[in-house]
Amino acid sequence: MLTDLGTVNEILEKHGYQRASLIGILQDIQSRMNYLPRKALLHLSRCLDIPLAEIYEVATFYKAFHLEPKGRHTIQVCLGTACHVRGSRRILSYLESLLEVKAGGTTKDLSFSLETVNCLGACALGPLLVIDRKYYGKMSTNRMEEILKKYR
Amino acid sequence: MSPHLKTISELRSFRENLKRSRDPRSPCITVCSGTGCQACGALEVLEAFREKIREMGVNQEIEIRATGCHGFCERGPLVVIRPQKICYMNVSPEDVSEILHQVAKGGGVIERLLYQDPMTKQRILYEEEIPFYKFQRRIVFGSNGEIDPTNIDDYIGIGGYQALEKVLSTMTPEEVIQTIKASGLRGRGGGGFPTGIKWEACRRAKGREKFIICNADEGDPGAYMDRSLLEGNPHSVIEGMLIGAYAIGSEEGYVYVRNEYPLAVSNLSCAIDQARAYGLLGRNILSSGLNFQIKINRGGGAFVCGESTALMASLEGRVGEPRAKYIHTVEQGLWNQPSNLNNVETWANIPLIINRGVEWYSSIGTEGSKGTKIFSLVGKINHTGLVEVPMGMTLRQIIFDIGGGIPKNKRFKAVQTGGPSGGCLPEALLDLPVDFDRLQEAGSMMGSGGMIVMDEDNCMVDMARYFVQFLEEESCGKCTPCREGLYQMGRILNRICRGEGREGDIELLEDLSLVMLESSLCGLGLTAPNPVLSTLRYFRDEYEAHIQERRCPAKFCRELISFSIHPEKCTGCGACAKVCPAQAITGERKKVHLLESQKCVKCRACFEACKFDAVIIS
Ligand SMILES: Cc1cc2nc3c(=O)[nH]c(=O)nc-3n(C[C@H](O)[C@H](O)[C@H](O)COP(=O)(O)O)c2cc1C
Ligand code: FES
Repeated sequence: MLTDLGTVNEILEKHGYQRASLIGILQDIQSRMNYLPRKALLHLSRCLDIPLAEIYEVATFYKAFHLEPKGRHTIQVCLGTACHVRGSRRILSYLESLLEVKAGGTTKDLSFSLETVNCLGACALGPLLVIDRKYYGKMSTNRMEEILKKYR
Repeated sequence: MSPHLKTISELRSFRENLKRSRDPRSPCITVCSGTGCQACGALEVLEAFREKIREMGVNQEIEIRATGCHGFCERGPLVVIRPQKICYMNVSPEDVSEILHQVAKGGGVIERLLYQDPMTKQRILYEEEIPFYKFQRRIVFGSNGEIDPTNIDDYIGIGGYQALEKVLSTMTPEEVIQTIKASGLRGRGGGGFPTGIKWEACRRAKGREKFIICNADEGDPGAYMDRSLLEGNPHSVIEGMLIGAYAIGSEEGYVYVRNEYPLAVSNLSCAIDQARAYGLLGRNILSSGLNFQIKINRGGGAFVCGESTALMASLEGRVGEPRAKYIHTVEQGLWNQPSNLNNVETWANIPLIINRGVEWYSSIGTEGSKGTKIFSLVGKINHTGLVEVPMGMTLRQIIFDIGGGIPKNKRFKAVQTGGPSGGCLPEALLDLPVDFDRLQEAGSMMGSGGMIVMDEDNCMVDMARYFVQFLEEESCGKCTPCREGLYQMGRILNRICRGEGREGDIELLEDLSLVMLESSLCGLGLTAPNPVLSTLRYFRDEYEAHIQERRCPAKFCRELISFSIHPEKCTGCGACAKVCPAQAITGERKKVHLLESQKCVKCRACFEACKFDAVIIS
């Protein structure tokens, strides 16, 4: 854990210990540590002199933050309007039953986190699925198993 | 190499030199590298070009340029051969050496990569002759396809920062504001507020310092023009902000970018760094006395943060909750100082107005809405992509002439504009000219320019439910009408879609809508009933079919449909059984298959897999 707090200090340093940069700091912590560990938040609270509750308020308000460890791979199903009219809801429920996890959750073996997003700006390719930043366009339920195989 | 330009005349001569050193007739291959094309493999194509050029060695004079989004995302990766502007579509790395050989020879075209007219089967050679582009007027978005967004010289070379030059050398701040006012430019972020009037109010407001903010939160799910502009032409936004800073008297600017747009963030940061190195941002810019710097803030994935007061709270590192606007943000915004917020596309219009003049600009568009608007034409449409058209073009022209109509010969049903605050417009309104006021009269909105086309297979009640649930999730929860109203509307719409709707539900939805329209705190709640009200206005019969007959006319709502296999149409190919995740389909090869409805999870996989229309939805 010591090294982890070192990372947090580095990030704080970069942002000049500014309270106004809280969101940016949390974003950086998450991208380095994959989620927001409680210890890191406690540390932030002390260093920035912000009540822990306030940090949690921000961390739970914004969808981008996670308080639990995420899986090795992140699957994002786009539920933006364009993808919705092309049937992305069905893709999601199919995935939910295939992975036995609800949207927002992580599989028990920590291999996949299933998330939803609202428009990734590639609407032409809808319904859109993104796994670890790789885009899979024009998705249909019958292509899914084969794609997931690559990540298992 | 980067020159630090100290005066306006240095910038001018730098541009002249650039223009002289660049021969517009020399061959250049542009590869679209926007997010859409990247998702189709544009980076692999780009890499293949670079590698092949290296291999060929002798042909160093062919320039390969990675550009921003060209708009025709449906057919990516897009490659344009310049100067002729031959447009190739769906290019793959295997096509690369053939293309290079043609270009090196100085002629010849590859037929199979050209656009093919679906009706006449004719191939079309040039970008501007393809129907998708032909009817557009790409004054803001057009340069995207020409320049490398990570190279400031490309932007300067096509006349970039000329508007800044003009403003700094010949205009007073008041004259700039008068010009923007006279142009009739209205905000492109949704509300359509006159930009010049906002600037003027911010200039007059008193404060210790003033802030200029660019709203790149682009929350409308299904719209992505702001992203494409920031990715493809970030300097046009920076130049717009610089002019705003001069006119309003601000030294500090912010761009609030959506978290889901990594490429936009990196291209914009690169552009800001380059502008600073060139002396176009920083202190005493071009010796004019203007100081201005720009910072980027990434959002945290909350739709409500697109709202002005919530956005400013978020910039301060707090929870993005809106406040009541007794005092406008132009008076007291970020850190309680006068702040001027405009949308990305609004900022990108500014240099254009300064360069080409009020008369030219206000000749485009309609009485109350000047200039062009970029729309993202998506959903059930043949030519998906970003289109820029003059205000006042009809929905029919946009959807059918530019968008090429509805795929698979399906019937057009509705178009949704304005995102979650907008509404669905039916076929009868296809001849409506699109501008701020006409859309509002029809019960929808311009919004940020999302245009989602729906066909006969889409259920309008489901559409209303989609937006209500989206907003329910995104409501910050501060005010009761929005928080509770959306929750209750969501419940009612859910039960209607499940076939459990009750008599009186429609009236209840209307009552709830009225309360929300009257008493919500911010724009989110104030416009949230629009998707419900507009579908009720134009598609009331669909609601009634769900409630009274327990039937979904579009055969979309899961609880109201069942799947079966038509015994006469089934050839026994087994495609359906193979894709069924629930093992609900059985049957021997070449014999009629059977679907057990108890096991069926209604995922539609079989319906999509069957080539013989033997899977029936009833
Ligand atoms: C809930 C809500 C979300 C909004 N989202 C955006 C957005 O994503 N992008 C945007 O430019 N404006 C958005 N707006 C509009 C802004 O509040 C503001 O009017 C606009 O950025 C002003 O710039 P403009 O005058 O150039 O349009 C939103 C408004 C509301 C109420
Ligand atoms: S709606 Fe899915 S990418 Fe835009």
